[in-house]
Amino acid sequence: MKMLGLSNKDTRFLLIVIALTLLTPIILQPFPEGSSLAQFNAGYPDLMQRFAIFGIFAIGFNILFGLTGYLSFGHAAFLGVGSYSVVWMYKLLGYNVVPGILLAIVVSGLFALLIGFISLRRSGIYFSILTLAFAQMSYNLAYSVLTPLTNGETGLQVYTNDAQVLMGAGAPNSPHFFGIVMNESSKLNLGGWEFTFNNGYYFCAIVAILVFYLSLRIFRSPFGLMLRAIKTNQTRLNYTGLNARPYTLAAFVISGMYAGLAGALMASMDPLAGAERMQWTASGEVVLMTILGGAGTLMGPILGAGFIKYFENIFSKINDQVLHGWFAFLPDGLENFIIGVSHFFVGKSWHLTLGLLFMLVVIFLPGGLVEGGQRIARAFRNRKSKDDGAQARTQPAE
Amino acid sequence: MGILEVKNVGKRFGGLQALSDVNLSVKENSVHAIIGPNGAGKSTLLNCFVGKLIPDTGSVMFNGQSVLGLKPYEINQMGISRVFQTPEIFSDLTVMENVMISCFARRDGSFRMHPFETVAHETDIVEQAEQMLEDVNMLDKRHMHAASMSRGDKRRLEMAMCLAQNPKLLLLDEPTAGMARADTNNTIDLLKEIKEKRDITMAIIEHDMHVVFSLAERITVLAQGTPLVEDTPENIKGHPKVKEAYLGEAA
Repeated sequence: MKMLGLSNKDTRFLLIVIALTLLTPIILQPFPEGSSLAQFNAGYPDLMQRFAIFGIFAIGFNILFGLTGYLSFGHAAFLGVGSYSVVWMYKLLGYNVVPGILLAIVVSGLFALLIGFISLRRSGIYFSILTLAFAQMSYNLAYSVLTPLTNGETGLQVYTNDAQVLMGAGAPNSPHFFGIVMNESSKLNLGGWEFTFNNGYYFCAIVAILVFYLSLRIFRSPFGLMLRAIKTNQTRLNYTGLNARPYTLAAFVISGMYAGLAGALMASMDPLAGAERMQWTASGEVVLMTILGGAGTLMGPILGAGFIKYFENIFSKINDQVLHGWFAFLPDGLENFIIGVSHFFVGKSWHLTLGLLFMLVVIFLPGGLVEGGQRIARAFRNRKSKDDGAQARTQPAE
Repeated sequence: MGILEVKNVGKRFGGLQALSDVNLSVKENSVHAIIGPNGAGKSTLLNCFVGKLIPDTGSVMFNGQSVLGLKPYEINQMGISRVFQTPEIFSDLTVMENVMISCFARRDGSFRMHPFETVAHETDIVEQAEQMLEDVNMLDKRHMHAASMSRGDKRRLEMAMCLAQNPKLLLLDEPTAGMARADTNNTIDLLKEIKEKRDITMAIIEHDMHVVFSLAERITVLAQGTPLVEDTPENIKGHPKVKEAYLGEAA
């Protein structure tokens, strides 16, 4: 089974990813409505959109960090640029998302070319610091200096007196893709289950599949091989007649465009753009996602993005009331003690849990969640082959 | 006129005159060894050939073109490959990928953006790389991780990577440093075989006299940053100045 220039194995891999992505609204809704476990469901539009968007962000980041090893701490700047581009297109042209997304990719690509050209003169920690500095400069520009362009701390949004020259009379009054309105969903009730199929999610999901396919091709290309070579030994690369700079710059621009696209999709789901999207914490988040999932692997960044966004959502929803519900069976003193301790790990302080999980993964699974999966698969395979071996030995005796 | 012409090269590091007035000519298709005691400036001189250092004075011409001021990758693209004292390979990649990178560099130059081609579909590159590995007897190890190999194999792989570029001049910086006797002899045999099979010039920096006298056609003796003598191995062996440089005045 070969498709689109991929090997058999990669084609199968891509098809699995496509199936999982398209079935996400069902897969993430395993518990019936009204059951006590329903709070662990993740099949609602807002969260699924975030899975897809941050997945795209992390896939792009992985092309730079996972392949070349250059750790950028400034990719949120491109995310923000993407969002602003889209909202500007809403204001000037109308609510169709296509012009905005195209503009976002171009603008973030050019922006990445500029920042990459300067930052890539250095490597290692100096490169990271340079990108961080650029991102913080961009954040401050967006927050105060460039207020006419970004609307400062209020954030950029569409007002009724905006031009919107391409808006037809009957056009939807919120972001749409040629009439398919992003925030509309159809619901399916099956027994106790309720599944939500949201237009916005499917739009993001299809874009995510496309860019995942692109990253798969890059990983398997001679270009991807050169990027991996840069990570492992730049001295040998130079003495093999290869110039590392244009390769790293190309990777930087590509990953910047991915980030711009992710930012554009955020504004396509919700027609707002704010400076806080460019803050360094957002840059740090994508680093966490990539490392947590497994830097340099195809699936890792997507898993990492899903993992962090899922737990962010679940843990931040658990408040003291929920905890009281869980631990009601315990004697009062013990209950209060456990809730007092748990309090630090849920709700608004869920970052503490994320920090602990991150530490555990980095210490015990340096290859991220993907390595965890591989270890489990290997353990199963070993046990199976051991069983087979045992049978093979016992059979002759019988 | 040699393929590599070094004229009046001098290099100073602070108070240390590392090289002064070095003149050297490496003839095409020859094996030229540069020997000398520790600190004689052998590695400094080599670094001036490959673009890692720029000499303060003098000129280095390769094939009639000056290499001074060029970047290492530009000099490599002119046809100079270098084997390092400790093998420099892409240790996270497989043996095959290591050699393929050299083949790509030879075909596509220092940079080519081809994000939508597939490595596995580049049949000419795959064939070239396999042929190269066959030449150094490593074809059976092509799927191995480069990092997991023995030091001798790493050296062999590095050699294959350099040869895959079909260089005109191969620079070898102590290719047998730290090797056991058997590995050293294997390396000598490999280099002899390479020399027989193709038109290639080699410049070797080496401490091990066994290696030098097995391979070299010309030898330059460097001492305190200046060439002492240049001659054939036979004449170098008994040369009084060489003994003096290695063993000190008293000898």
